Amino acid sequence: MKTAVIVFPGSNCDRDIATALHEVSGVAPTMVWHADSELPDGVGLIALPGGFSYGDYLRSGAIGARSPIMRAVTAAAERGVPVLGICNGFQVLTEAGLLPGALMRNAGLDFVCREVALTVDNAQSVFTSRYGAGEQIVIPVAHHDGNYSADAETLDRLEGEGRVAFRYAEPVNGSARNIAGVLNATGNVLGLMPHPERRIETAAHGGNDGRRMFEGLLELVGA
Amino acid sequence: MKLRIFVTLKPGVLDPQGRAIHKALGGLGFGGVNDVRAGKLIELDVADDTSDDRIDAMCRELLANTVIENYRIERV
Repeated sequence: MKTAVIVFPGSNCDRDIATALHEVSGVAPTMVWHADSELPDGVGLIALPGGFSYGDYLRSGAIGARSPIMRAVTAAAERGVPVLGICNGFQVLTEAGLLPGALMRNAGLDFVCREVALTVDNAQSVFTSRYGAGEQIVIPVAHHDGNYSADAETLDRLEGEGRVAFRYAEPVNGSARNIAGVLNATGNVLGLMPHPERRIETAAHGGNDGRRMFEGLLELVGA
Repeated sequence: MKLRIFVTLKPGVLDPQGRAIHKALGGLGFGGVNDVRAGKLIELDVADDTSDDRIDAMCRELLANTVIENYRIERV
C-alpha cells in the first residue's frame, strides 16, 4: 500500500511524518509537491504535514488549501481514502472545506510548544482504533493558530456524531470545547493540532503514544 | 479599478488579537475603549470590466474564510 506526504512551500514536518510512516509500515511514502496535480496510483493514505505553508500568509493554511494538489486530495477523500492533517495540515483541511470549523490565533496569543495530555474521544475511527475510548495520551503541540472555532450548531453536530477524535485534557489554546482533533462525516479525514509523528520512539521522543495512530491506520488500510 | 476588501471577524467570534490590543491601550492609559476588533484590509487593482460576481467570488473563495469572517467591498 502506498502512502503519500504532501509537501507545501514552508512545510517543516514533512520529513517527520515520512519517517513515522516509513518506520511503522516499512515502506517510504511518496513525497508529493503541492504544485503537482496527481497523487500516486493506488494511494491508500495521504498525510498533510505540519509547518508554515506559504508563511501562514493571509490565514494559516489558506494558500496551501488552494494548491493544485488539493483537488486530487479532495477527490481521494471523497473516494474514502484516509487523509491525515497534522497541525498546519489540519489548518489546510479546514481551509479546503474538507473539515468544518477554523483554527484561529491561540487565545493567549502565545505560540504554545509543549507536551499536552489528550483524551481520546472516539476510538472507533481508522485513526484511533488502537486507543481506548476515554484513554489519556501525551502528545506534543507546537502552534500559534490552534484555537478551534465553529458555531455552536456545528460543535453540537460534531459531538453528536462522534466526530471529535481528541480533546485537550485541559485548556491549551482556547479551542472550543477543548477540541484538539476532528473527523469528517465519513470518518476518513482527520485533522489534529498535536503532533503524533513526534511521539513514535520512546528512546528518541520520550514517549510513543503517537505510534499507535500509525500502527492502527496502516493495519486497517492494509499497509 | 481599485478595490478595498475589509475582512472582519463575525460578531460573536472571539478575537484574541483585538482583546490584546484593547488591553495594551488600557495599559497606555487610554481608558473608555469599549471594545476592539482586529481585521484585515486587502487592496486589489483589477481590470475595469471585472464583474461584481467575480469580485464576490474572490472574497468567498480566498480572501475571507466565511466560517469566521465577514467581508465588505469598497470601490476606491
